[in-house]
Amino acid sequence: MTAAAPSRYHGLAIALHWLLALALAGVFGVGLYMADLPFSPARLKLYNWHKWAGVVILALSALRLLWRLAHRPPALPRRVEAAMPAWQRRAHHATHGLLYALFFTVPLVGWAYSSAAGFSIVLFGVLPLPDFVPADKALAALIKPWHELSAFALAGLVLLHVAAALKHHFVDRDGLLQRMLPGRG
Amino acid sequence: MHPSSPFLRSASLAAAALLLSLSAQAQQKLLPAQSDIAFASKQMGVTVDGHFKKFDAQIAFDPAKPEAGKIAFAIDMASATLGAPESDAELPKANWFNVPKFPQATFQSGVIKKVGPDKYEVAGKLSIKGSVRDVVVPVTLSQSGAVTTASGAFAIKRLAFKVGENEWADTSMVADDVQVKFKLALSGVGKS
Repeated sequence: MTAAAPSRYHGLAIALHWLLALALAGVFGVGLYMADLPFSPARLKLYNWHKWAGVVILALSALRLLWRLAHRPPALPRRVEAAMPAWQRRAHHATHGLLYALFFTVPLVGWAYSSAAGFSIVLFGVLPLPDFVPADKALAALIKPWHELSAFALAGLVLLHVAAALKHHFVDRDGLLQRMLPGRG
Repeated sequence: MHPSSPFLRSASLAAAALLLSLSAQAQQKLLPAQSDIAFASKQMGVTVDGHFKKFDAQIAFDPAKPEAGKIAFAIDMASATLGAPESDAELPKANWFNVPKFPQATFQSGVIKKVGPDKYEVAGKLSIKGSVRDVVVPVTLSQSGAVTTASGAFAIKRLAFKVGENEWADTSMVADDVQVKFKLALSGVGKS
């Protein structure tokens, strides 16, 4: 590790982290709410907004991943890492890997479900997106639970991630959260 | 011997009339299994395809004398499907097709014009949900063995027929334009 290793996340990484945190919470909430609505314009609107938001999240996640690959995130401070038992270090890496995997899995499976159900996605009502699976009711029924399951898995991991961050901040008081808080860089 | 009862007499008359009309229509018949009437609308930019599964037609059309032709169509509105049970449950309701009150949509031809080889323009009155509008339907005929296929597409405005009322009248949600596409297999029209 060179002496120039950053101690904080880059400004763009921080911006994308918090923007996507908000977007994911929003799209998850809308997804939970809309599924039980009766057939109505409100339901139709929310379904389309949910899909558009999912596609935007997918694109921003791709940008975020590319940025991360090009700009190494700061390593855990040696002091913090030394204080973590081995299982926590493994959980730390596994959680981040799985979070990234689900940032892509959940929207892609949702997109596939929409296409299979016969509703191509037209982004913002103007840009038709391709269908990468055929319109097929049986396939749609097969895909649907996986969008739901992966979304709940993502929500669970986000909760775990938040709990760990809060534990570092309030229990360990190791200042780890500072690396991701907006402010002076 | 019993004198033939009035009931039997009228029944046999009716049967004869039925036979006559059947033989007259045997010349030209719609083959429903090979026919399709589809409609496409846009919901927030997304094209949604629908079909009618049940329809019937009375056709008296001679390609040699198109102007003498007559075409009458009846579509069973309860047979409309968008392919999803949730939306199919909505279509018969009052906001959409109001099937209990208007079970059928009909088309009655007026002037039929030949506009090209195998191409015709059928003017007529389209009645959906109690609203009647003049439409001009382009029709292309193609022959395959004994089967004549009449196909074409035209656009109608759903609000002109009050399809999608109240909260569904908003055309930013569901576009006003509806594309109607048809492919009708007919027997007995003959070579054109």
